[in-house]
Amino acid sequence: MSYVGRTREEERRMLAAIGVGSFEDLVTAVPASVRLDRPLEVPGPLSEIEVRRRFGKWAAQDDADRAISFLGGGVYDHYIPAAVQTIASRSEFATAYTPYQAEVAQGTLTVIYEFQSMICELTGMAVANASLYDGATAVVEAALLARHQTRRARVVVAGALHPNYLAVLRTYLGGDVAVTADRGGQCAPEDLKGALGPDVACVVYQHPNFFGLLESPHALNVLAHEAGALAVACCDPLGLALLEPPGRDAVEAGAAGTRSGADVVVGEGQCLGNPPSFGGPLLGFFACSSSLIRRMPGRIAAQTVDREGRRGFVLTLQTREQHIRREKATSNICTNQGLMALRATVYLGLLGKAGLAEVAELCVQNTHYAATLAEKLSGYRRAHGGTFFREFVLECPVEAAVVERFGRDRGVLPGVDLGRFRPEWRRWLLVAATEQRDRSEIERWAEVLKAAGGLS
Amino acid sequence: MDFPNDVRYTSEHEWARLEGDLVTVGITSYATDQLGDVVFVELPEVGRKLEAAKPFGVVEAVKTVSDLFTPVAGEVVEVNRALADDPGRVNQSPFGDGWMIRIRPTSADDLERLMSREDYAKLVEEQHA
Repeated sequence: MSYVGRTREEERRMLAAIGVGSFEDLVTAVPASVRLDRPLEVPGPLSEIEVRRRFGKWAAQDDADRAISFLGGGVYDHYIPAAVQTIASRSEFATAYTPYQAEVAQGTLTVIYEFQSMICELTGMAVANASLYDGATAVVEAALLARHQTRRARVVVAGALHPNYLAVLRTYLGGDVAVTADRGGQCAPEDLKGALGPDVACVVYQHPNFFGLLESPHALNVLAHEAGALAVACCDPLGLALLEPPGRDAVEAGAAGTRSGADVVVGEGQCLGNPPSFGGPLLGFFACSSSLIRRMPGRIAAQTVDREGRRGFVLTLQTREQHIRREKATSNICTNQGLMALRATVYLGLLGKAGLAEVAELCVQNTHYAATLAEKLSGYRRAHGGTFFREFVLECPVEAAVVERFGRDRGVLPGVDLGRFRPEWRRWLLVAATEQRDRSEIERWAEVLKAAGGLS
Repeated sequence: MDFPNDVRYTSEHEWARLEGDLVTVGITSYATDQLGDVVFVELPEVGRKLEAAKPFGVVEAVKTVSDLFTPVAGEVVEVNRALADDPGRVNQSPFGDGWMIRIRPTSADDLERLMSREDYAKLVEEQHA
């Protein structure tokens, strides 16, 4: 179909064919009060040169590429090896979705299978799906799975979950979401204990949490299991390169055989080879224990053999899905974030286990160096005392929005102003220093903070 | 198609057999014929209270999936654990080894409300025509 506009002659013929005198006659049903009685004010057509010039000017206003970024909160400024773009741009992979006739696209299915395998390895879980939209919807899907599995309604959020994820969770579940008390930015197991009951389907926690602090996954998992609920961990995949995966059972910590591993591990995978670009598109991942596979949302690629015994890939367990199960499907997700998952797979393949751990270590070192510098500045202090991973909350002597603006004007994006989430956080700046930041950039950041701290 | 006489039937193709004071439940040979190879059966936990005509589980075949409906109200006292490893029993022996759950019925009289072999055979004939 072409999108070339119609001519007056074509319009006349179309109207004649359906027996209508004029276009106006077609829209008489729309009340005059809501109709525009003048031509729509759109600027006239532009030549290619003019379009390029105008868009170029807009693009130049985007400072994300030039500024030194300390932004985090789920979307991070990591280095993306050139090979990621090159491989992901190959025509064999040119689809953003799971193909409809999936088995014809063996390349795509192979990538999905590799992606799932890597996510399983990172999370310590038995099975993973082909990916979901983003970390927020992955959390929601985990909560829905827990509700189906336990046939209980309530979801308890333990500690600091990303406020956007919490908002999406509430969009789906409304009043069935409870949040534990926040003391010092982490979830104290005794606070979780008080929030549990026979109607709780699952406990959801983020690790490292929204403030960058480590939680105690095994203690939280055990408490969830003792209450007959599932344990859902929302993890940073880079964190999983260094931390014990919450899905793995620890040395028996609970009463008589209570499992200490999480049942579902989800998270945001943007940091794996995908650019921050205006906050998306993102990449949700979803992994769970094998006993839950038939309740897992989304698509699953699996390995098999063809009739000649050669290795091949298929989409499997599709009876969970909408096109077969209709309204009783485990989820309304019927595709995956194909392109982002592909980039993540290529990224992980290029870096390997050691490389990913190295990136994570550099992030930890840079972020901790930034924290050390910041704490020497007058009026600044860390908002929480707990162990942090790759980001931390800095309490500023002035509103964080002031620091953010001041920095932006000087080519430094100093962190995320948490006041945009809650008014009582308005002096809080969430700071992440990825492996891309070097010593001089972190020192430049500290200078900007120092100067901004004197403002009022 | 031949159906046994010692069980009662539902219009959703489950059968129910009174054994002592318990009722054993499964799906009919017509159902397994329509489904094809059964690959998974999701069953309720023991102790769950079931309402008549409400779903108690799910049977999954290669290309389709179907709810299992409770023939008579009661409490689940046993489930066929062998189906977890060998769901093919449902195809091989739908009225025997392929049974799914045992219920302690709220009232054994409820069985009388289910279909007789003759009525069920007629239903299948109509659906098949």
